[in-house]
Amino acid sequence: MSSFYTATDHFVLLPALLLALFACATLLFDFWVFPESQRRKHLVWFVLMGEVFASVAYFRQHMFLSQHGGELQAFGGSLVVDQFALYFHWIFVASTVIAVIMSYKYFEVRDEHHGEYYGLLLLAQCGMYFLASGNELVVLFVGLETMALTFYVLVGLLKRDQRSNEAALKYFLLGALSSGLLVYGFSLLYGMSGSTKLREIGAAVASRDSGDTVLFLAVATILAGLLFKIAAAPFHMWAPDTYEGAPTVVTAYLAAASKAASLALMLRILLGPLASSRDVWMPILAGAALLSMTIGNIAAVTQTNTKRLLAYSSINHAGYILLGIVAGNQTGIQGVLIYTMVYVFMTLGAFLVLTVLCRDTTTGEDINDLHGLMRRSPAHAIWMLIFLLSLAGIPPTAGFIGKYFIFLSLIETGHYWLAAAAAVYVAVAIYYYFRIVKSMFVDKEETEMPALSLSLGTRVALAATGAMTLGIGIYPEPFVKFAQQTLR
Amino acid sequence: MGDNLLSLILFTPLIGVLVLLFIPGRMKDAVRWWANISAVAGFLVSLPLIMNFDKSLDGYQFVERINWIPALGVQYLIGVDGISVLMVMLTTFMGMLAIFSSWDSINDKVKEYYAMFLLQQVGMIGVFISLDFMLFYVFWELVLVPMYFIIGVWGGPRKLYAAIKFFLYTLAGGVLMLLGIITLYLQHIAQTGVATFEVTQLMNTQMPMWMEQLVFWSFFLGFAIKVPMFPFHTWLPDAHTEAPTAGSVILAAVLLKMGAYGFIRFSLPLLPNASADRTIVNVLVVLSLIGIIYGALVSLMQQDWKKLVAYSSVSHLGFCTLGIFALNEQGIAGSVIQQINHGISTGMLFLIVGVIYERRHTREIKEYGGLAHVMPNYAIVFAFAMLSSAGLPLLNGFIGEFTILQAAFQANMAWGAFAVTGVIFGAAYLLWLYQRTMLGEVTNEKNKGLKDLNWKEWAVFLPLMAWAIAIGVYPKPYFDILEKPVAAIVERVNGPKAPVNAAVIELKKTEAR
Repeated sequence: MSSFYTATDHFVLLPALLLALFACATLLFDFWVFPESQRRKHLVWFVLMGEVFASVAYFRQHMFLSQHGGELQAFGGSLVVDQFALYFHWIFVASTVIAVIMSYKYFEVRDEHHGEYYGLLLLAQCGMYFLASGNELVVLFVGLETMALTFYVLVGLLKRDQRSNEAALKYFLLGALSSGLLVYGFSLLYGMSGSTKLREIGAAVASRDSGDTVLFLAVATILAGLLFKIAAAPFHMWAPDTYEGAPTVVTAYLAAASKAASLALMLRILLGPLASSRDVWMPILAGAALLSMTIGNIAAVTQTNTKRLLAYSSINHAGYILLGIVAGNQTGIQGVLIYTMVYVFMTLGAFLVLTVLCRDTTTGEDINDLHGLMRRSPAHAIWMLIFLLSLAGIPPTAGFIGKYFIFLSLIETGHYWLAAAAAVYVAVAIYYYFRIVKSMFVDKEETEMPALSLSLGTRVALAATGAMTLGIGIYPEPFVKFAQQTLR
Repeated sequence: MGDNLLSLILFTPLIGVLVLLFIPGRMKDAVRWWANISAVAGFLVSLPLIMNFDKSLDGYQFVERINWIPALGVQYLIGVDGISVLMVMLTTFMGMLAIFSSWDSINDKVKEYYAMFLLQQVGMIGVFISLDFMLFYVFWELVLVPMYFIIGVWGGPRKLYAAIKFFLYTLAGGVLMLLGIITLYLQHIAQTGVATFEVTQLMNTQMPMWMEQLVFWSFFLGFAIKVPMFPFHTWLPDAHTEAPTAGSVILAAVLLKMGAYGFIRFSLPLLPNASADRTIVNVLVVLSLIGIIYGALVSLMQQDWKKLVAYSSVSHLGFCTLGIFALNEQGIAGSVIQQINHGISTGMLFLIVGVIYERRHTREIKEYGGLAHVMPNYAIVFAFAMLSSAGLPLLNGFIGEFTILQAAFQANMAWGAFAVTGVIFGAAYLLWLYQRTMLGEVTNEKNKGLKDLNWKEWAVFLPLMAWAIAIGVYPKPYFDILEKPVAAIVERVNGPKAPVNAAVIELKKTEAR
């Protein structure tokens, strides 16, 4: 059958194929091709090469879409590449590249060598590909599980570290539960429509009235699964422990890319098949958003572990992003896209600074480990300050642009009280972000602190994330345009 | 340079910061020299502004416009009218003196200190010249971070508490103000289809009264916290007391003025119906009056010299907001002049506390007494600052307070009557402070050997004293420059009224009587 695997199918699937191939090759080359002494360096370069290949494939898709418009469908509409998918693909590429570069020095310092680590990163990205491009329930679910399973392994990567093991187990158990809920919701959607294609499900859902019990059950279970994946309250419990226990580079990747991918899935489903049942999911999301901001902000205030603090802050950010979906108009969705991009860069940047602090004697995770950073390394202290200001949403940093769009969409759609609550929480958030700032700029170190673990890679990655965080803040025009064009 | 003068004024301190980054931190004197050169340059480039400003023209001058973020309707749009010119001059002038006054008092992390100070100058100048609401907001928030560090790193014993309190309060107000800005912006789009934050265009927006009031209250939160008006003033005594001397000076002289300026520049012209609403005016005036009297009463019972000056700011700023919400020309013009006066006199009072704190490292009033015997020059300067702050005729404070009182009486007798008691209390706490610290015999042994003012301290005080006398003796230029913009604002709120010069003439008549 010539229509089974057409040229279009290949063109659409190519990035995922490349990622999977490079992932397998990485596993193989780790103990076979690369010389022992140079292995780590070779692995990093090899993975980066894989990203270059995938980027070329994405770029060709991008060019095709900008010339012909519309979207590319493959495998009978199971996979789709449109501007929306590509927007997220670029975010995944950027965050994987940064995570890979961060990892090199981090694992050298921790004296851990795992060739499979780089393979798993690529596999996770491959799963993300299907989350952003999938247009069919089974594909989406397989993509989600591919990503989730690799993350379970990545979180538990430090076998000798008890916290890492605990984190992996916790993440795995709760993750399995949430996947179960999600797939249950998917099965209900299938039951209602008799199809796994999002389009056909959409038609079936639209024909039901919004008070329908089965529909409500489907929406509720799917939302529960999705909220878990983006670490929004009330399904956030795994986040602090997992973020704390996982190797910092994995935490960064988990917080940034995994959340972005799950948001892509969320937008696909809520704005696709479930768009007509907005009345059902909107109040649930509004409640989840408020709860996320409340829990994230209040719990973060007392944290002494920087990674836990950032975990709660990421719960808080999930709340802001959800508000954009609650507003639900063009501006709101645009806000979600921009916020996600901004969030990825500032989160990666903040974790990057934490990895730089990590030495064999200290994990750099306690808030006291940042003491006197301004004296020890002004550049890193200032970068961290910029990331924190951005996380808090102070202009002229990128975080402000993200928050601005959320506020704008909320007011546009008349959600004044949600906007006011979101605004007040900005001031609460500044309190705990500035505990880190105080630690860096005001407090003096009591004992001699070990030197920072610096490498060319970390410098480049830091400069890149920092440049994006400041760049989007100071000149957001191209990025806003990019997001606008994505929604057209 | 005529075309880009405002940008030059705005970015001169920033260039100073960028160069400063390349000076090694251990070369403290080089850092100091460069910071002072930048600050003086910042003041010098602002001189052509006042010299070339044409006060006979309506509207804004030295306007520069760059389309910054067309997708959001945000422009880099700056320009000045009479009100902003005065505020910019105040900022560059006080910034220069404050930076110079830190020469000996800051010895730790010198480079970071001056970098923060210069950065803050950029933010403050930006606030006063922005004609695009979003640009204004960016500068508004930009000011917070340097001030946090100035208080939090170089401040007194409870510096961290004071710094974060300052940050949280003003940020919360600022973000709520942002919601109001966005509402106004969306309303403007709904009516005209044009997405812009340009203030003069936003003025054409018609809003239902409830929405206008909602926006007004959101602006109010932003500005009133900054001013600060009672009951949002609680961050101020902490921040003022804990900040290093120069930080307090800038905080009092310029930073607080951002709030009052916000009311004049944005609340009144953009929301004229809400601003003239009886309930709103009454609430704001009552809060101002409470601020005037409460601030003065609390000052009376302070044991801490610096805290006394801090609370006196609450009282003085109450006059400024009272003037604004008297909603007549004298009131607003008086308010702007009072803002400048407060900058000069309270700036001097903080410097005076700083001088003695340098020598004795305590601010307890009862530690002092009879200082006039030991430090005669110091006592003279203090007396001058005190009288200027208390509103002695022929000094600056009198002009501002008198005009505001006149405006208040014109608007409502009761307002004026209450405000006058504030003047009396004001004289009381200042005179009593002077008596307790300067007069009598030297009671404390430690005060016997104190050195009088040195040349650096004189160099800071003399220009301030000169400016105070200049305003007090010949305030006409200030009223002249304020005439057009103030008349425009009042006309927008109330409909046409007599020009501001009438106030000056009236003032002179009263003096002659």
